[in-house]
Amino acid sequence: MREFLFLTLLVISGTGGELCVTHAMKKIGEVHDFHPLALVKFILRALRVGWMWLGIAMMAAAFFSLLAMLSFENVSFVVPVTALSYAAGAVGAAVFLRERISAQRWMGVAIVCVGVTIVWLSHR
Amino acid sequence: MKEAAGFHFKTYLLIAFIAVFAPLGNVLLGKGMQNVGSAKNWAPGEILQILERICSSGYIWLGIASLLTFFVAYMLVLTWADYSYVQPSSSLAYAVTGALSYLLLGETISPLRWLGIAVICVGVFVVGHTPPRTTERLQPS
Repeated sequence: MREFLFLTLLVISGTGGELCVTHAMKKIGEVHDFHPLALVKFILRALRVGWMWLGIAMMAAAFFSLLAMLSFENVSFVVPVTALSYAAGAVGAAVFLRERISAQRWMGVAIVCVGVTIVWLSHR
Repeated sequence: MKEAAGFHFKTYLLIAFIAVFAPLGNVLLGKGMQNVGSAKNWAPGEILQILERICSSGYIWLGIASLLTFFVAYMLVLTWADYSYVQPSSSLAYAVTGALSYLLLGETISPLRWLGIAVICVGVFVVGHTPPRTTERLQPS
């Protein structure tokens, strides 16, 4: 039960956080200069976007949920089951970021979800 | 043509970074949390003690450093590629996590769990053959 609760919190806050970070990155624009100074400037620019901070807060919540799960479950179980976020991520990307997700991508995401289910069953 | 090759090269390079540093970070965090231990009754005092042990764990800090490296690579690739492309592609990391858990932590992984991880990899392969960008670029603010 507790692994299910922490997994739910991890998936919702993790996916929500990544969607916020993605939205912030798209607002900033594509990176062309990979020199260290340019990368530092890029990160500082990213930190001035509100969506980035919301994303970081949600990803922090996901991080502590991950730590909690890792304290009582194996890494080889915890990390694969967090792939459940693919389904949430694909839906979120389509709805909130207006990304066009092809049938092939949906199929890939569905296969990943089958894999997650098998890993979950291996725990029982 | 050359530009397209370069576009794919930098995308694959950063996804390779993601695939290595994310699992390494998770394995280090797992090792750290094994040492820290689990909460018994989740009382505030007990959680504070656990947070203190987390902050003083070298493995946890190494894991965080590895995940930060992953995060920077992830942020960079998201500036030109779709989230719905990058996220499943980065799930290659799940297979690497299985291997590292077995090799570095000595975890026993059943054939059924390996099968599940393999199925996840097939899903990743299918997603990896879709175009990285399907939306127009937003104007930088």
